[in-house]
Amino acid sequence: MARLKLLPGGATAPDAPGTVTAEAEKDRFRAFPKGTHITVRGLTKRFEGSTLYDGFDLDIPKGKIVSVFGPNGCGKSTLINMISGILPYDAGEILFDGKDVRETRIGYVFQNYREAVFPWLKAIDNIRYPLKFLKLSRAEADARVDALLASFDVKIDLARYPYQLSGGQQQLVSIMRALVVEPEVLFLDEPFSALDYEMTLFLRDRLQKVLVERKVTTLLVSHDLDEAVELADEVLLLTKKPTRVAARIAYDAPRPRTADTTLTEDFIRVKSESLEIFLREVRK
Amino acid sequence: MSPVSGRRRLGRALQPLIGVALLIGLWSFAHATRLVDPVLLPSPLEAWSAFWSGLTTGNLWVDFRVTIIRTAASFAIAMVLAVPIGIVLGSSEKIYRSIEFTIDFFRSTPASAMFPLFLVMFGVGERTKIAVAAFGAALAILFNVAYGVMNARKQRQLAAKVMGASPLRVLADVTIWESLPQTFVGMRTGVSIALVIVIVAEMFIGSTDGLGQRIMNAQMIFDMPQMYAAIFAAGALGYALNLLFILAERRFVHWGGK
Repeated sequence: MARLKLLPGGATAPDAPGTVTAEAEKDRFRAFPKGTHITVRGLTKRFEGSTLYDGFDLDIPKGKIVSVFGPNGCGKSTLINMISGILPYDAGEILFDGKDVRETRIGYVFQNYREAVFPWLKAIDNIRYPLKFLKLSRAEADARVDALLASFDVKIDLARYPYQLSGGQQQLVSIMRALVVEPEVLFLDEPFSALDYEMTLFLRDRLQKVLVERKVTTLLVSHDLDEAVELADEVLLLTKKPTRVAARIAYDAPRPRTADTTLTEDFIRVKSESLEIFLREVRK
Repeated sequence: MSPVSGRRRLGRALQPLIGVALLIGLWSFAHATRLVDPVLLPSPLEAWSAFWSGLTTGNLWVDFRVTIIRTAASFAIAMVLAVPIGIVLGSSEKIYRSIEFTIDFFRSTPASAMFPLFLVMFGVGERTKIAVAAFGAALAILFNVAYGVMNARKQRQLAAKVMGASPLRVLADVTIWESLPQTFVGMRTGVSIALVIVIVAEMFIGSTDGLGQRIMNAQMIFDMPQMYAAIFAAGALGYALNLLFILAERRFVHWGGK
């Protein structure tokens, strides 16, 4: 009954075995592992009659990079869009350290950088833009931008407009814009899939360095399993819809990880295991 | 630069003049061979000297200026009314849907058909001309602004929202910028509509000055060089206004189409 009170949307339990007691049901909302940053409970999302998420639960650890991987149409982007507050959901609760999304500083990097950066602002003003919502002094704001530029070791002319930059440079601007607010959580929706391989390697490398330095809780949606594993502390594998968590596989190889990391036994093991689960889910 | 490519570039720059030369040639030919009654068609030179002396020593400039002021005034009024309303309309699909048909209907109504109505409302005078022209221009601007706001890229708005922008901030920081290219299309259409209506109004609704009235007067006293000069002035004004807006657009919407 407690559940019904918490979820006026009337979500039904996810394929829960019949053995779950009312007590355990209640605990679902209170208990989460130590070090959890984001708690998702009873998340439900329907699209035109079909149910994508139904009573979905998830805990995301603080300061870790979690890669979201799964079959086509299972709603990977939908999931991070709901968590980041871009997309409304039908029922459920998402909390960041107990706060809701509006009280949380978040950064979001879109796949399509062309339609994410503001072409009427110079690159540097694009990066500075979100700072105006933080009520910082001019000096503090400048210091933040400078520190970020130093971390990324940026060599592009930021006085240019985005359309004067290459695709990779635009995405770099977009990534820095997401990070300049020192977000508690960073969302990346296939950030490299529209870029050439050389640029992808470069950006992955820089991003990884900055995320590890700053210990930002990160959710990365990727359709490239190598990338998903290489960047992740944990790979979150999803099933086909109605979507559930198929498996969570930890990967704790030392950082910085490079192209060489992808040749190690450990990497190959995690990747094969992920692939196996992925294929099993796809064929279901 | 090789001499060939230099010549080619020069050729390209001169290309638009070919049409002008053809027109003047044809005109001179028709005049010289008396293909058209010379009273109706003076030589290009006569027309040009009427234009020039009208500007320098005569009062063509006075009418020119009056027409410019009327067009500018009606355009300014149209902007002040149409831009805010267009933004409101474009931001709310509900409001837009409920008055789209009405706007579209009036937009399709020839503004000249509204002259009698405006004459009744504003009387015979300056106000009527400006009001009708502003009405015609405003509808074109309104429609384009609303369209631009409606078609602002959703992802950029989301990007601002996710960074913490309030709905009003999203509107000011993203949506209005997004709508600028379409707004400029509306402004260009609007200013040319305003000019057309001002000229027609000067011709037919009790005017004592302006290019329209000048063209009409010259025609009535068969002062053909004067008439051609005034027509040319009206054409030059229209062209200059269009050019002005294209340059302004390039300056203010530098990212457009990129």
